[in-house]
Amino acid sequence: MQLVAENLVLERGNRKVANDVSFTLEGGSGLVLTGPNGSGKSTLLRALAGYLRPASGSVRILDVSGSNGGTGESCEVGEVCHFVGHLDGIKSHLTAAENLTFWATYLSDKADSGHSVAHRVYDALEVFALDALADIPAGYMSAGQKRRLGLARLLVAHRPLWLLDEPTVSLDTGSADILVKAINRHLRDGGMAIVATHLPLAIEPARGISLVRKEAQA
Amino acid sequence: MSAFLALLKRDLMLSVRQGGALGTALGFYMLVVTLLPLGLGQDLNLLSRIAPGILWIALLLAALLSLGRVFSSDHEDGTLDVLATGRMPLEMVVGAKALAHWISTGIPLALTAPVLGLMLNLDIAVYPLLMATMLVGTPAVSFIGAVGAALTLRSYRGGLLIALLVLPLYVPTLIFGMAAVNGLLGVSGTSAAMLILAALSLTSVVLCPFAAAAALRVQMQ
Amino acid sequence: MQTLTQRLANPTRFMELSGSVLPWIAGAAAVVIAYGLYLAFYVAPPDYQQGETARIMYIHVPCAWLAMAVYAMVAMSAFGFLVFRHPLADVSAKTAVPLGAAFTFLALVTGSLWGRPTWGTYWVWDARLTSVLILFFLYLGLMALRSSIEDDSLASKLTAILALVGIVMLPIIKFSVDFGNTLHQPASVLRVGGPTIDTAMLTPLLVMALGFTLMFVAMHFKAMRNEILRRRVRALQLAQVEKAQASQLAAAE
Repeated sequence: MQLVAENLVLERGNRKVANDVSFTLEGGSGLVLTGPNGSGKSTLLRALAGYLRPASGSVRILDVSGSNGGTGESCEVGEVCHFVGHLDGIKSHLTAAENLTFWATYLSDKADSGHSVAHRVYDALEVFALDALADIPAGYMSAGQKRRLGLARLLVAHRPLWLLDEPTVSLDTGSADILVKAINRHLRDGGMAIVATHLPLAIEPARGISLVRKEAQA
Repeated sequence: MSAFLALLKRDLMLSVRQGGALGTALGFYMLVVTLLPLGLGQDLNLLSRIAPGILWIALLLAALLSLGRVFSSDHEDGTLDVLATGRMPLEMVVGAKALAHWISTGIPLALTAPVLGLMLNLDIAVYPLLMATMLVGTPAVSFIGAVGAALTLRSYRGGLLIALLVLPLYVPTLIFGMAAVNGLLGVSGTSAAMLILAALSLTSVVLCPFAAAAALRVQMQ
Repeated sequence: MQTLTQRLANPTRFMELSGSVLPWIAGAAAVVIAYGLYLAFYVAPPDYQQGETARIMYIHVPCAWLAMAVYAMVAMSAFGFLVFRHPLADVSAKTAVPLGAAFTFLALVTGSLWGRPTWGTYWVWDARLTSVLILFFLYLGLMALRSSIEDDSLASKLTAILALVGIVMLPIIKFSVDFGNTLHQPASVLRVGGPTIDTAMLTPLLVMALGFTLMFVAMHFKAMRNEILRRRVRALQLAQVEKAQASQLAAAE
């Protein structure tokens, strides 16, 4: 499986945010986006996820490895990605387990049929050290715990591509390590991850792209 | 399909947990019906004659009140972004959420109508028909309303604007709903009006998700 | 500067074209309306039942015709904008809405002024009046939605979607209002100039309709030109802000 971005030009409110970005990401490798505020990291991730239609250029997933049927056809990125943005996507009136159970059912894929929903939810809670909070409404949790719950979504359903926008915000170092381990295991299993971050994260194997703020030319 | 059901179940669960939305809508419904006789005077004959109209209009206003939150709560906490990834098209997401709104608001409002009908001296023989028109017509209310809710997701006058956009679009539902009820009160054409009302509901169930999903997509950029 | 000129390329051609055509259309509108008014007041006979008041028709009917035609145009522009992403289509949709609302309002006011002597009341819940009133609300909705969203490109897209929803709903609303009306009252009193209309009255009516349409086209062109200029000013201001930011950044580094 391969993610191909070709000549992406992104505009936001009539302002160019990214100009002519091209890259290829192979299964089993990660990509780290760095750059100052306003350099277009979030916009690029949102475009990759398919929320933002690029002004020109294209993003495709090519199924070359044959792991998912191997038809060699391309498909929509939005259908095969996990997107974790600045907001957690957590309902405060539902408990941690209910939140994850919903996402596990909603996002589940053919590849997940081996494990039951309850099993996947329990595993994800355990990995992110939330098992003690399983029956607590998310509204009572701290910002860091909510963040971990949002990230636990990555593990309840299989998606080849993870798009993470500043995932370490409000995480302590221990929790950040858990996240990095989860990302690395995902990469070892042949997945892909694109992470926008300010902190250096030990993601292996990963390339980096550094975005610069586009300056207006006179 | 399991994704659709999961979303429907979650929305219904949330509306039960949060509780406030339905309570507010029902309270508003009762209040409108209470205020009208105070304004119109206590002529029981007049009230029983215009009761179906009062109940229908109050129902539209009450349903409208709860529509604002259909997408905005999911938009604010980032859930909408995640709902848009995955294999289920956004049109189906809209469908599931509008259906949840109908079940959690439309049906309870329709079922409350007879209680309020008592207060308006409405002929008891009309109750079944009145409730039937409301049950058949409220899907259109929820689905057309979903379009309004999607369009006003990021406007800073949400509630008021949604009323201005959506109420004119409720005109056909109101007219055919009233026509069906009036049929029993002694005019004619009940079954025709009822069939058209059903057609109206089905058409909105099919078409409105496309408009609402288009509006949501534009705003997720 | 490349992107800026690119963005304005197409509207520039429109500006040239409309600039040269506008005076002619405006002039033609003035002449045709003047001739139409002459016909309406001096040539056309008074209605044998309604007398002189029927002459309101020569203002009322063109307004009503434009109320509907302009909404159709708004919907077509909205479609063009959503499908072909043509910025000029959005300019057209945006500027036509207030004009359409104005004509709808005039149609309602002249209609009710005509109604007073004819039916003895300013307003009846006649099918035609009701549907024009709802059309007016749809126009108001379009304006309110656009003005309530800060991001201009987002506002354009959402308003376009609403315009298309409106054009789908309009026939249904019309049908429902007609249906509800036949239920309440028999054939309506409102008939434009009776079932058949005499040529002596039809000619001035058509001349006035043509004159009003020309007037709308001229006003629409003018409004579109203003809107394009407004957008240019905004683009220049944005460019200036970006330039200031860049120089600030360069100074900091």
